[in-house]
Amino acid sequence: MKFEEIVEYIKSELGANVVLELIENATPKGFVTNTDRLISVMQFLHSDEQLYFDSLSCLTGLDNGPEEGTVEVIYNLYSIPFDHHLMIKVQVDRDQAEVPTVSGVWKTADWQEREAYDLVGINFNGHPDLRRILMPADWQGNPLRKDYEEQEFYHGIKLEE
Amino acid sequence: MANQVQYIFDDKNLRNSEPLKYKEEDLKSEEMIINIGPQHPSTHGVLRLEVVTNGEIVVDVVPHIGFLHRCFEKHAESVPFNQTIPFVDRMDYLAAMNSEHAYAMGVERMLGIDGQLPERVEYIRVLVAELNRLASHFVAIGSYGADIGAFTPFFWMLRDREHILRMLEWVCGARMLYNYIWIGGLFYDLPVGFEERCQEFISYLKPKLTELEKVFIENKIFIERTANVGVLPIDLGISYGVTGPMLRGSGLKYDLRKVDGYSVYPKIEFEVPVGKGEMGTIGDCWDRTWVRAQECHQSVRIIEQCLEQLIGDHKRTRDFDPRKMVPKKIRPKAQDLYVRAENPKGEIGFFFRADGRSDIPLRVKARGPSFMNLSVISELAKGGLIADLIAIVGSIDIVLGEVDR
Repeated sequence: MKFEEIVEYIKSELGANVVLELIENATPKGFVTNTDRLISVMQFLHSDEQLYFDSLSCLTGLDNGPEEGTVEVIYNLYSIPFDHHLMIKVQVDRDQAEVPTVSGVWKTADWQEREAYDLVGINFNGHPDLRRILMPADWQGNPLRKDYEEQEFYHGIKLEE
Repeated sequence: MANQVQYIFDDKNLRNSEPLKYKEEDLKSEEMIINIGPQHPSTHGVLRLEVVTNGEIVVDVVPHIGFLHRCFEKHAESVPFNQTIPFVDRMDYLAAMNSEHAYAMGVERMLGIDGQLPERVEYIRVLVAELNRLASHFVAIGSYGADIGAFTPFFWMLRDREHILRMLEWVCGARMLYNYIWIGGLFYDLPVGFEERCQEFISYLKPKLTELEKVFIENKIFIERTANVGVLPIDLGISYGVTGPMLRGSGLKYDLRKVDGYSVYPKIEFEVPVGKGEMGTIGDCWDRTWVRAQECHQSVRIIEQCLEQLIGDHKRTRDFDPRKMVPKKIRPKAQDLYVRAENPKGEIGFFFRADGRSDIPLRVKARGPSFMNLSVISELAKGGLIADLIAIVGSIDIVLGEVDR
């Protein structure tokens, strides 16, 4: 299936309102969806017989900075049997960065969401084990936020300059 | 600066910064938490495993990672595209050429110059990447032997790997962290005489690979130690994002060199070995190691065909410039791009966001195969013995530089 066909199929099965906006300047192409419908969209993409996106290749958390005031989560999906690619995006408010977890759909989302939580500061609602993964548990702040400033001392050690 | 405070003493400074997931009081009376690592040779680097045990039996494994976190993604969004390549090297430091290749392909796709590179550049890229794949698999197989008590293969593998590292040092000046594949080309052409010496090395290596299989892979003790241990079903592997030799060991013929056919791989003949469960169950530790050993043979085939091309149709010419296509200014249009390639450990991916206004990316996310492959460990080790846990960790072939980035 081509990208346009995939989008039409999703619209016909789940309703036109799940596709908020198409992302044309992306490789692979994709669309933006809203957080309320995210889980049902993902479950459909994962288990539908014609789409069967069985692998979540990459989950990216992205901060657009305090001026835009949004953070995004980008899901790169791939279907091994059909060789389809798809990019799904959700955008949420930067101060209330809360996205439902997809770890019930793909188990790999568990660690990838922990990483996005750790580095970008996105809360994944319903995640079974949301702890920091790369930074120490008592680290302050989220390093990949655009306005991040590191703490002065960590366990008594001076950090910068 | 001299009188600046560097350290403030406090009694609480040595407190544990990474608490255990399981609490002592929640355990059953026969259960116990054993901590393995981060300083332990069998964890292949700084991996810490919190193991809940019931006698000899593993009840759960919780990996604690991040000890080698060097802020790859933070660095990548503060320097221009081309200056990130040395950081990419330091992710999977055993297979830096492969990671560089994937990264360079991603930026070339964003610039729209992929597919326009001279064939000789592409063949050299594949040649060095496959040499590096051999070196990475040698470490994987050799150190796996050392993990479970076979010491000879470790020396043999590191001996042959040393030849590869010296060849690659001849190519670009560094043994492990190369910065050789540039965006739009290469640092230098191959040195004069390299092709011939590489052919000699290949003819030396072939019987060694057969010898390795006979002595190590098909050894009865090795089979009994690894067959039926740590069995990974395909569906579980896909759900956990497992890729590379680990997923192929479970019987799925899935190799991005074939599936995506990037660079000159479609022009090269090679096969994709998959685990068949010859010695036990499909997807056990033996299958994974066997797949790696078979892939070494395939890499040798690829190298031979590359050398044939580099001596024949695409031979060295006086006016060949490997940097001809290297852009002076790397400023892709505003876009998102996900690129992936087959690393020795699995699918390496990069997600880029370029804003079109600066030479610095807005975001680079690296998807390391070791990170995903490690996440499945608790599923593999549950219900097994502690000794098997060590065999499972070794068979996953993680590089902590890539897990922690």
